[in-house]
Amino acid sequence: MKNKLMEWRKREGSAYLFLAPYLILFTLFIVLPVGLSMLLSFSDFDSVNFPHWVGLKNYISLFTSDAVFMQYVLPNTLKFSLIAGPLGYILSFLMAWMLAQIPKRPRTVLALILYSPSMTSGVAMTVIWKVLFNGDQTGYLNSILLNWGFIREPIQWLQSTDWLMPVMILVTLWSSMGVGFLAMLAGILDVDQEMYEAGYIDGVRNRFQEIVYITIPSLKPQMLFGAVMAVVNTFQAGAIGVTLSGSNPTPQYAGQLALNHIEDYGFLRYEMGYASATSVVLLLLILVSSKAVFRVFGEKE
Amino acid sequence: MASIQGKKMNPTRFHRSQIKFYLVLVPMAILTGLPIVFIFSQALKPLDELYLYPPRFLVSHPSFSSFRKLFEAMNSSEVPIYRYFYNSFLSTFLTVVCTVFITAFAGYALSKKDFKAKNLIFSINTTALMFVGAAVRIPRYLIIYEIGLIDNFAVHIVPALAMPVGLFLVKQFMDQIPNELLEAAKIDGATDWYTFLRIVVPLSRSSLATVVILTFQAAWNSVEASELYLNHDNLKTFAYYMSTLTTTGNDVAGIGMAAAATLIMFIPNLVIFIFMQNNVMSTMAHSGIK
Repeated sequence: MKNKLMEWRKREGSAYLFLAPYLILFTLFIVLPVGLSMLLSFSDFDSVNFPHWVGLKNYISLFTSDAVFMQYVLPNTLKFSLIAGPLGYILSFLMAWMLAQIPKRPRTVLALILYSPSMTSGVAMTVIWKVLFNGDQTGYLNSILLNWGFIREPIQWLQSTDWLMPVMILVTLWSSMGVGFLAMLAGILDVDQEMYEAGYIDGVRNRFQEIVYITIPSLKPQMLFGAVMAVVNTFQAGAIGVTLSGSNPTPQYAGQLALNHIEDYGFLRYEMGYASATSVVLLLLILVSSKAVFRVFGEKE
Repeated sequence: MASIQGKKMNPTRFHRSQIKFYLVLVPMAILTGLPIVFIFSQALKPLDELYLYPPRFLVSHPSFSSFRKLFEAMNSSEVPIYRYFYNSFLSTFLTVVCTVFITAFAGYALSKKDFKAKNLIFSINTTALMFVGAAVRIPRYLIIYEIGLIDNFAVHIVPALAMPVGLFLVKQFMDQIPNELLEAAKIDGATDWYTFLRIVVPLSRSSLATVVILTFQAAWNSVEASELYLNHDNLKTFAYYMSTLTTTGNDVAGIGMAAAATLIMFIPNLVIFIFMQNNVMSTMAHSGIK
């Protein structure tokens, strides 16, 4: 027994030594919270008394008696992520593809501009968006639209149930060209020229076919990375409605997403068990979306 | 026969056929850049221009009055201004340095070492790319409470050190380093530590620089620790102070101050990225999930 342990230490010990700091922190702050979330989701926990087991109760009420969740939060989350996610992703790919076809200097400048929103923090930018989309006539957008005669009354962009969601999607799209975009750009630049030559000999006839048969297949790993980043960024942007409208819940729940619902129950009402159940549902949603993405791009060659 | 279009990838000079791309890219860049230009403009507007109706997008008489107001407001609050900056710089610096080391260690193990759980650990890490921290704030709070990090400055740093994206990029990049090189070093009598420090780290500089950028952006912009885990204002960061401006400062002067603060937050990110963008691009070429 002791010999085996010694042998293991000799063979794999140094690997674990190098890995240890990361592994410990990773377990403590990523794995454990996810595990605890699952456990808490089966309990009733008010943050003061010790949680007690309630089985599936939280999930049952989430899906059967929480009108806000079923009527607003879930549909909003799906709508928001199904529009902002894929659209941001396609936009990133197209921009990367075009950038790859211009010389290096202008490419670097334009790529930097397109990437720059990813460097601003969400909180920081609300100050800008709030002024641009201000609800009275002093708002920049309202002022322009009034001036040009498109509208007669200023629109309450951030308080209106019709407009809050589109504004949220727009702001998210604005900052969608992040790490995934850079990965795809680098990937396209890295595709072997011979691949294209071979493709054209094999009968590729136009640019569209070129994208479908050469660029995307040679780019699959980066496309997958970009897609996973797009999924995560979209779900992470979940708090944006609250920051834009300035209130949780958002006006008539128009911009209420899963993250806000968690915050609402967890930190405003102290129903931690219930909030955890919502967290688990959100994490599952992210996992399912990513799996779908893996299915499209991730096949092994 | 169709010409070989792929030759047009990564061109060295301008050609007429590129005009159509510019026609899309330039307007897109302008649309994307406008809000950024707006931060600059707004931050430099004197008070009377902030009041102006109809509002004007660009500043006509730039002044630093909003910056002055911001610093005055910070000086009159209970916590002196330099304290917020000091906290921000210190926490960001420590987070970046520690993350780079931890990530480089782990990347080396996952890329160049042989052990049974290697693939399992890497695929767990790849799954963790999808991790959204905000979704599990409650259990995170409980863990941070249990290990005694509440009201402790280290709470800015410790929970942020494990970064799955960083490890993923570094490991993929290190995979490019030929194993023969490491074996040759070993035969020459190099220790594990020497190989790591003198061969692997220098050859993966680009990916480590990318980790620096990503960590810097996250740490510099982060308000999570100040908001949730710290009660004393003198432990909080500039990013946090800034976020209080955006929620309370609804009057016009507040808007100018908030814009000035936003600009102060944005500039370091921009400068660091510009300096390191070449490294980022060469790292990203190997970023694929296979």
